[in-house]
Amino acid sequence: MATETRTTQGAPPPGGVSFSLSDPTFRAIVYQILVVGAVVLVGWFLISNTLDNLARRSIATGYHFLEREAAFGIGESLIDYSPKDTYGRAFLVGVLNTLKVSIIGVILATIIGTIIGVARLSSNWLIAKLASTYVEIIRNIPPLLQLFFWYALVSDGLPPVRQALNPIPGVFLSQRGLRVPVPAPDPVWANMGIALLVAIVAAWGVSRWARARQARTGQPFPAGWTGLGLIVGLPILTWLAGGAPLAMDVPKLTGFNFTGGGAISPEFFAILTGLTLYTAAFIAEVVRSGIKAVNWGQTEAARALGLPSSPTLRLVILPQALRVIVPPLTSQYLNLTKNSSLALAIGYPDLVSIANTTLNQTGQAIEGVTMIMGTYLVISLSISIFMNWYNKRIALVER
Amino acid sequence: MSQAMSQGTKPKHTLSGEEIIRCTGVNKWYGEFHVLKNVNLSVQKGERIVVCGPSGSGKSTMIRCLNRLEEHQKGTIVIDGIELTNNLKNIELVRREVGMVFQHFNLFPHLTVLENCTLAPIWVRKMPKAEAEERAMSYLKRVRIAEQAKKYPGQLSGGQQQRVAIARSLCMSPKVMLFDEPTSALDPEMVKEVLDVMIGLAEDGMTMLCVTHEMGFAKSVADRVIFMDRGEIVEQDTPDAFFSNPKSERTRLFLSQILNH
Repeated sequence: MATETRTTQGAPPPGGVSFSLSDPTFRAIVYQILVVGAVVLVGWFLISNTLDNLARRSIATGYHFLEREAAFGIGESLIDYSPKDTYGRAFLVGVLNTLKVSIIGVILATIIGTIIGVARLSSNWLIAKLASTYVEIIRNIPPLLQLFFWYALVSDGLPPVRQALNPIPGVFLSQRGLRVPVPAPDPVWANMGIALLVAIVAAWGVSRWARARQARTGQPFPAGWTGLGLIVGLPILTWLAGGAPLAMDVPKLTGFNFTGGGAISPEFFAILTGLTLYTAAFIAEVVRSGIKAVNWGQTEAARALGLPSSPTLRLVILPQALRVIVPPLTSQYLNLTKNSSLALAIGYPDLVSIANTTLNQTGQAIEGVTMIMGTYLVISLSISIFMNWYNKRIALVER
Repeated sequence: MSQAMSQGTKPKHTLSGEEIIRCTGVNKWYGEFHVLKNVNLSVQKGERIVVCGPSGSGKSTMIRCLNRLEEHQKGTIVIDGIELTNNLKNIELVRREVGMVFQHFNLFPHLTVLENCTLAPIWVRKMPKAEAEERAMSYLKRVRIAEQAKKYPGQLSGGQQQRVAIARSLCMSPKVMLFDEPTSALDPEMVKEVLDVMIGLAEDGMTMLCVTHEMGFAKSVADRVIFMDRGEIVEQDTPDAFFSNPKSERTRLFLSQILNH
């Protein structure tokens, strides 16, 4: 019967394709051929044009420049680096700096965002209004301006090095950032790291054992507190066993700057604070909507069964709220990571900033830009894959 | 529609005379609105009570006060010897013994049918998992839905979900069951399967308070029908007397509205 009505409009007999633009199948094929053709044409033009220009300016292509000496300094680095190192190593420093600010930023933004999001739902008028004021102000100002604000706050608002603020003995706050004492090198610190790892594994084991025991006997076991005790206690015991070394590496003013101790540069402070607070405003909204999305009836049903409030939150509300929260949260993590390229504007040596210096010095613009794009793509896709995996794991089963 | 059900085969049973619920002078306001006015109610063990009345009469609010999903502001409510006050420990103790079935089921959508039923026994009664599951399966069998135990609520029909909700409450072995319009959100063809389960429960001697408009159910299983209007208990009587010879004008008006349409 369906074919009857279709043939009146010039549609094909079943199974065939008519060469008429009023047939959706044929039309779809034509459009797809046109689009693919256009993409190939534009791509061919771009590539041939680029090769042409490169040849005319006699710029050699390829990534061999990465093995040459970089000959520029980098303000801060997680690995050993000197201007004598290669461009490749400089790029690696940039990637690590980007990862450092992204990872710490994502963790802090999640914590602050969750607190603000919950605060916006508070029945306390003042707390709710403060939280919504925060969200409305922060998310409506471009992130670049916020970075400038935080950077200016440190570089113009704080005194020069010689008059550094010294709020706590050993802690110095100046235009050059924050300097704090750190424990002097001692073998015990490495052992404490090992103890911490052991404690984490043990805590995981205890929680598994506790779950199995509860399934068997019904008796719950305070696995959370035991785990916390292990993670805090075991490293402290190791420290005591290692003779409890108290020697600190205190920063000292020598010449024009401090030496020794741990440092947080104004650039890192500005980029981390700016990105964290900016993204936290969006995460707050994500968290708020996630919690609101869980029907009040769920809380009532849990209460009616006699569940106390903490298991209600952990076993009933959060698992449902997370489903609403995770997909937009992924976008916010990706945004924070990509926004870290704004570091260029305040001189934090992230991967864009270092790749920029590299391509200025070497002229290898295409290679530099492809490396930046490739790195962001890898980082972003990794976050996406992880979050999608997590989302799938907790997804609701519907009919 | 439920008139066709086991009418006239009302199970005979004698009440123990032991009181399990006592409300004395209970009052509640929503802002300016006086939703419960001086409600006095005494329920014996094993008694089956149907609460009816026009919408907005406070009948849901009243039974929701009995497990403190709503707070009353004046008067006392004593359940199984425990008075409901702000004491959270007492509230939790009462809630363990008082099961509740909601109009919109409120099953936990992220847990399977079986997990819905074992959650509270495991976390509140501290029951071993195997025992909780065994018990859950026996109640799921009783509401005739055991074969769906591994499914999620979203995969079930409304009637099936409501039966799971009843099983979930029963798994806590409550002393009292509260039903807040359990069939109002169901498609007509599913009402019977839920009412049948409730009738089965009543026959087994469960103490039940049921807010419902199913007058057939009231006639066939209730020991007492309570009529509420504008926050007051206007009339309470055995179903026979209530339906054939209502004393108050308001009751008569309500009955004429729901029975002759």
